[in-house]
Amino acid sequence: MAHPLLTVEDVSKTYDGFKAISNLNFYLFEGELRTVIGPNGAGKSTFFDLLTGRTQPDKGKIEFGTDPADTYDLTKLDEVAINRLGIGRKFQTPSVYAEHTVRENIILSLRGTRGVFASLFHRLNSTDTDRIDELLKLIRLEAKGEWKAGLLAHGEKQWLEIGMLLAQEPRVLLVDEPAAGMTDEETHRTGELLLSLAGKHSLVVVEHDMAFVKQIAANGRVTVLHQGALLCEGKFDDVQADTRVREVYLGRGKHGTR
Amino acid sequence: MASSEKYAPPAPPSDTVAALLAFTVLAVLIMPMLDVFGAIDHFTLNLWGKYLCYALLALSVNVLWGGTGLLSLGQGLFFALGGYMHGMYLMRMIGDQGQYHKPIPDFLVFLGWTDLPGFWKPFENFSFAILMAFLLPGIIAGIFGWLAFRSRIKGVYFSILTQALTYAGALIFFRNNTLMGGNNGFTDFKAELGFSLREPATQRGLFIATAVMLIGVVIFLRWLEGTKFGLVQRAIRDGENRTLFSGYATPAFKLFLFVLAALIAAIGGALYVPQVGIINPSDMTPEKSLEAIVWVAVGGRGTLLGPILGAVFVNMLKSYATRAIPDLWLILLGGLFLLVVLFLPGGLVSLPEKLRGLWQRFRPTPTPAPAA
Repeated sequence: MAHPLLTVEDVSKTYDGFKAISNLNFYLFEGELRTVIGPNGAGKSTFFDLLTGRTQPDKGKIEFGTDPADTYDLTKLDEVAINRLGIGRKFQTPSVYAEHTVRENIILSLRGTRGVFASLFHRLNSTDTDRIDELLKLIRLEAKGEWKAGLLAHGEKQWLEIGMLLAQEPRVLLVDEPAAGMTDEETHRTGELLLSLAGKHSLVVVEHDMAFVKQIAANGRVTVLHQGALLCEGKFDDVQADTRVREVYLGRGKHGTR
Repeated sequence: MASSEKYAPPAPPSDTVAALLAFTVLAVLIMPMLDVFGAIDHFTLNLWGKYLCYALLALSVNVLWGGTGLLSLGQGLFFALGGYMHGMYLMRMIGDQGQYHKPIPDFLVFLGWTDLPGFWKPFENFSFAILMAFLLPGIIAGIFGWLAFRSRIKGVYFSILTQALTYAGALIFFRNNTLMGGNNGFTDFKAELGFSLREPATQRGLFIATAVMLIGVVIFLRWLEGTKFGLVQRAIRDGENRTLFSGYATPAFKLFLFVLAALIAAIGGALYVPQVGIINPSDMTPEKSLEAIVWVAVGGRGTLLGPILGAVFVNMLKSYATRAIPDLWLILLGGLFLLVVLFLPGGLVSLPEKLRGLWQRFRPTPTPAPAA
């Protein structure tokens, strides 16, 4: 089997005695769409924080790269460096620049100029503007390009942030609850968008909405986190059938821990 | 590269351009002319020169607070340092015309010095002094900003630290052993570049120089707003996390802006000293920097015109009130700040729009509003 793009091995993270993540192993392969589920407090956000350099693990290995001889140790890099390697993150609450126009939000996210002095003299070329138009169309906001992002509906903000992520052309997209606050139809469209990205990009999607998980995990694998540890991993149907999963999460079964 | 697109600035540019033009004509041509023909007295022009220096300080505050969300309560330090560096040159130009008629500044004679301390010597050169008026504030801002931003110091902690920084500066300059005039600072200047500072023509020249520098700074800031840098700057203000996780090293952007703001304040301070005729450590106390925050809030935070308006308006009021009702001035200032925060959060620049809104609401016949 190929070498994973993201390798997380035996990682633990404790906050003030609370074990947010314990001895977690996680492998993401190139082009994969992985869905991560788990009840609140299962460690999903901490997991993303660890992958993106927001926080560092107490122990364990987090590496990026498919060539075993040439991988990056993500525990040694900060948010900026990790983003520049090609790992983009969408936050749980839509995080767009409210005072900027939708278009400017995309401009700021476009792959390319990031330095202080370079940004003083940067000009968009026609390739950039074409790319912006293309992205606006993809996220169905082409008519609202000049709107202030703060005026968008919740679901539209979610889409804008996905568009901002795509503008970065990342190799890995970490997507935290993309369907929150969306109508069923919007949720379904979001699922289709994410599915269409798999293959070209690798994705990790954290989600609560089971109908949505079923949609996006049709061909991929599902990872279930519980109390900071891996509970089980597999195809959606297998995971759904797993009694441990039913207990802690899906059915809130009679032996529920919460 | 067939079609290149500029980043849309936040405010309609025509307004700013028109305001800028009007201001240029007024400040660079009309006011000095009125002074020449005696329509306004020299004192008034000189007072306006001071207001314009304060406007530069207000712009410095606004670059950080309005544009990036960084509330620095220590911009007075950089203003005063710029002033002190230029002041050192002016002190040397007194020559032996001081009270003691010695070739070194009076306060040094008073402290028992007979020769000039080594670090004072190069300040006889005007260019060196002006260079230092930029370098010293720039370097201090650079070191402080580098330490603060790489440690991710934000919000109220940043504000407190900047306040401590300017207070530390005041304490250092209050010491006689710093050899910068101690408590009394520098005063009793005679000449600038061979021109007597008592001559109205010299003061007129300084006024015009201040107006030109202010206009230059406004044009530069306007340009900056329209670049991708400006876009990133405002993005940091509204969502620093998003910026960081999009690959922008926000500490580097903030450091650039902190140094830039220090330089703008230093220009103001350097021009302030020959016009006001005194600089002392009280200009470094946190109260002075806090006053500048009030100017910006009153004028309109986050705009280019607002800080200038606020600095001029509040200081005109101060000039009047500290003579007419000296005991009530601070109460008036505090009250003004509260009024603006409560009823006019956009500051004076937002007043026309606010009034237009009120007019629409109370007009007897509710006809639909014409397109503005």
